[in-house]
Amino acid sequence: MSYLEYNVKSTPTGLRKILYLNWPLTLLLITVASVGFLQLYSVAGGSLSPWAEPQMKRFALGMTAMLVVAMVPIWFWRNMSVVAYLLSVVLLIAVELVGIEGKGAQRWIDIGFMRLQPSELMKITLIMLLAAYYDWLPARRTSHPFWVLVPVMMILFPTYLVLRQPDLGTSILLVTAGGGLMFLAGVHWAYFAAVIASGVGLVTAVFESRGTPWQLIKDYQYRRIDTFLDPASDPLGAGYHITQSKIALGSGGWTGRGFMQGTQSRLNFLPEKHTDFIFTTLAEEFGFVGGISLLSVYALIILFCVASALATRDRFSSLLTLGVAITFFLFFAVNMSMVMGLAPVVGVPLPMVSYGGSAMLVLMVAFGLVQSAHIHRPRGRSR
Amino acid sequence: MKRKVKDQGHSQGKLTRRTAVMGGLQLAFVGALGLRMRHLQVDQADQFRLLAEENRINIRLIAPTRGELFDRNGKVLARNVQSYRLIIVREDAGDVDQVIANLSKLVRLDPGELEQAMVEMRRSPPFLPITLADRVTWEDLSRVAVNAPALPGITPEVGLTRVYPRGPDLAHVVGYVGPVSDYDLEKIEDPEPVLRIPRFHIGKVGLEAKQEDLLRGKAGAKRVEVNATGRVMRELDRQEGQEGADIQLTIDAELQAYTQARLKGESASAVVIDCETGDLRAIVSSPSFDPNLFVQGISVADYSRLRDDKYRPLANKSVQGVYPPGSTFKMVTALAALEAGSVSPNDTVWCPGHMEISGRRFHCWKRGGHGHMDLLNSLKQSCDVYYYDVAIKVGIDRIAEMARKLGIGVRHDIPMSAVARGLAADKAWKQETYGQNWQIGDTANASIGQGYILASPLQLAVMSARIATGRKVTPRLVKSIDGVEQPNLSTEPLGLNENNLRQVRKGMFAVANDRRGTGYRSRIIEETMRMAGKSGTSQVRNITKAERAAGVISNADLPWERRDHALYVAYAPADNPKYAVAVVVEHGGGGSSAAAPIVRDVMLQALYDGTPPLEAYPTGDRDRIQAQQEELQRDQDEREISQSDRA
Repeated sequence: MSYLEYNVKSTPTGLRKILYLNWPLTLLLITVASVGFLQLYSVAGGSLSPWAEPQMKRFALGMTAMLVVAMVPIWFWRNMSVVAYLLSVVLLIAVELVGIEGKGAQRWIDIGFMRLQPSELMKITLIMLLAAYYDWLPARRTSHPFWVLVPVMMILFPTYLVLRQPDLGTSILLVTAGGGLMFLAGVHWAYFAAVIASGVGLVTAVFESRGTPWQLIKDYQYRRIDTFLDPASDPLGAGYHITQSKIALGSGGWTGRGFMQGTQSRLNFLPEKHTDFIFTTLAEEFGFVGGISLLSVYALIILFCVASALATRDRFSSLLTLGVAITFFLFFAVNMSMVMGLAPVVGVPLPMVSYGGSAMLVLMVAFGLVQSAHIHRPRGRSR
Repeated sequence: MKRKVKDQGHSQGKLTRRTAVMGGLQLAFVGALGLRMRHLQVDQADQFRLLAEENRINIRLIAPTRGELFDRNGKVLARNVQSYRLIIVREDAGDVDQVIANLSKLVRLDPGELEQAMVEMRRSPPFLPITLADRVTWEDLSRVAVNAPALPGITPEVGLTRVYPRGPDLAHVVGYVGPVSDYDLEKIEDPEPVLRIPRFHIGKVGLEAKQEDLLRGKAGAKRVEVNATGRVMRELDRQEGQEGADIQLTIDAELQAYTQARLKGESASAVVIDCETGDLRAIVSSPSFDPNLFVQGISVADYSRLRDDKYRPLANKSVQGVYPPGSTFKMVTALAALEAGSVSPNDTVWCPGHMEISGRRFHCWKRGGHGHMDLLNSLKQSCDVYYYDVAIKVGIDRIAEMARKLGIGVRHDIPMSAVARGLAADKAWKQETYGQNWQIGDTANASIGQGYILASPLQLAVMSARIATGRKVTPRLVKSIDGVEQPNLSTEPLGLNENNLRQVRKGMFAVANDRRGTGYRSRIIEETMRMAGKSGTSQVRNITKAERAAGVISNADLPWERRDHALYVAYAPADNPKYAVAVVVEHGGGGSSAAAPIVRDVMLQALYDGTPPLEAYPTGDRDRIQAQQEELQRDQDEREISQSDRA
């Protein structure tokens, strides 16, 4: 549907748009962010510095960004998709060339007033581009091999760049979110079945070959995979995080030890207690009740996004909103699995709660797009 | 592109179906997460709570031992000594205020340190140990041990503290360590966990900071089981860390000490470099400060006294300070001209005491003029007009290029803080910096090392060593790391014509040995150790026309900060150069009178590797020199006594 078909007259204009925001979604976001402030306050030993206060400021900035993005008509964003995607790719390449090293990986570029992490930006712009692509592509061509290859390239190229940094967490997120969107857009089941089957086959082959003369990878690579999959085999290294994390969770019990009462001694030398592992402190202090509540709020956010996506007849808006929902889902699902010892440790933050500016800002902008789609959805006459 | 309604409806339906599938998957995953949470937090809660309450497994980092620093002869410049500190565990202490009150009756607690401890205590959980007092004496420690029952929660702990046995002598070279600050942590991307150990020390300035990675080593870790009171029950396993590397410097601590003492009372700096290897034998900046004061955190009063001193003891003048090199730059101008073929050594210039250049009068330091000047005489008597003339012939770009070749205007790579680049100004630089064209007058000023030209004492020493050897002498501060000798980078030839170099060296020899040379009074008479040198006096103010007419005010009548800088560079022995020395005395007056005697004394000290015999000095000076040597010896003895007190 081209933008001429939008029923422009019946969409709200000017400041009236604020009334048409997806208010439940907004309130849920504020709730989650507040949980973050509370935990950062607690982790710092009952102090606004060094984490809670900057986080609040960033959230205020993110809120503003969300509102600004929401006020701009969704068709503008659709037309910008290609440009935004290309810009992110250029920035990713720039990281290769002039990036700042940090945590043993090259992820940032310095643009004067702030540090930009293009891989974060890529998470939205990829979703935007894929949504715009499937909006443009006639539905009957969706499963044509050529028209499947195009989005696959769109996903794999930036993924390759991100993997080179190296940033495994973001790479997984990009591939899974992109694949998810292709699935939603209606690409034939068989493609997904084939990819999953060959992936499983490859992994099996690699492991089956271990110890045989035709071994596929080197011994030390196996050992690395071992500690990655089973951190407990390296108790002073990777396993330490997980063991401590599980103890913290477990000692929380039904209702937890109470706010600021978590004995964080075991987390004291855990550098990520305010970022990736923040859920452990929440679960320790508020117990199962607290943990399940946060999980429910996350689920509600997804639910409101899905509802909003299904309520619009604009294909771009639907796909975009669902794409953002998938990304958000992956964030918290991967993080929580990791913290609970269900998945290997890959650096993925708990969305809107973990300390960190880039990730939060990007998510807020993404929700700005969702809001814009919601405000500017086709209304009135026909349904 | 207009789609058929049916097509659209179809894809809409498909989207809804797929969304339902996807949503179902997500919901299932959320459910799984919830179940896992329940499993961990409800079903296994008792087990984990037991783990948490009774047998907490804790990782304790083992701080690595910092590498030690030695001079070229193996004398210790920085080492770690055992020190005792008192720590408190809030949880065990019960009434913290009461315990601290009891403790302060036995041990004098520093109020600042105590306040810091209280802040730390409020911010950390009750079972974490907090340092109450650092560097507790053995007597205090015994008193605490005897009264242990009255002091629950207080335990003595053994730690290592950095000590600089040579005190102020190497403060600028070695620098000092201090506790990691929030500012340090912010600067480091992904700081190692060891940096978060309370009061872990890292290098703050100087070599300690520049070689931090080598010196620090790697932290080890041990996994311990602790009970509910935080007491360690048993050690489960341990990964040994790696000690920091020991670093041996090229510095000769005795020479450094002598030079420091010799510069006492002046705001001055001196550099001694080995002409063969580029080894820096001494890098001195005076006045200095005691780095040991900084290790624990310096008091505000001490710090502001150092900061506000007009002689700037905190600044490392020998590598960080830049000065107009004055006449010591004339070798550069001369070599540039000789190499370009613009002049030959025997060409003469008439010096009437001044020279007109594009309508402005440029003066020679000697009002009446020097008369006919050739290269040798111009260096010997430091005639300015000769160099105005030569410089205009050869042009600034060639002079600047020669300066860089000789080590001025390039940053020498040595591990000290804020190593200055200096400035070998040329046309492009002025255009870039000021957007102005280079003037011919700028060339005249540059030819005698004034105007835009700036050099650090280190660069001047390098320049002298390069002229002396004709090789690209490259300064080296680190002799060996953990016993591994570092490469000698000073063997590459400069590519200058040996004949031209010889002419300039002849001039420098005349400066220091000819009866009319500016450095004659500070000569060495021991035949095998003759010195070649060059004096410099650089203006820090403009002399107005009116003042010149009335007679230039002498330095003694000026306030200190407006007097000229005194410079002297030299190498010796002249026929087989071993060391090059550069000295700059800030606002010291004339180079030949204020700086040259220091250079001579330091040079002899280096050549004789100790106190030189009086026979090396000119006959008339011997009494004075003997008195001076005795006084310096007394000073040094006194200092040694105070140092052994500290140890």
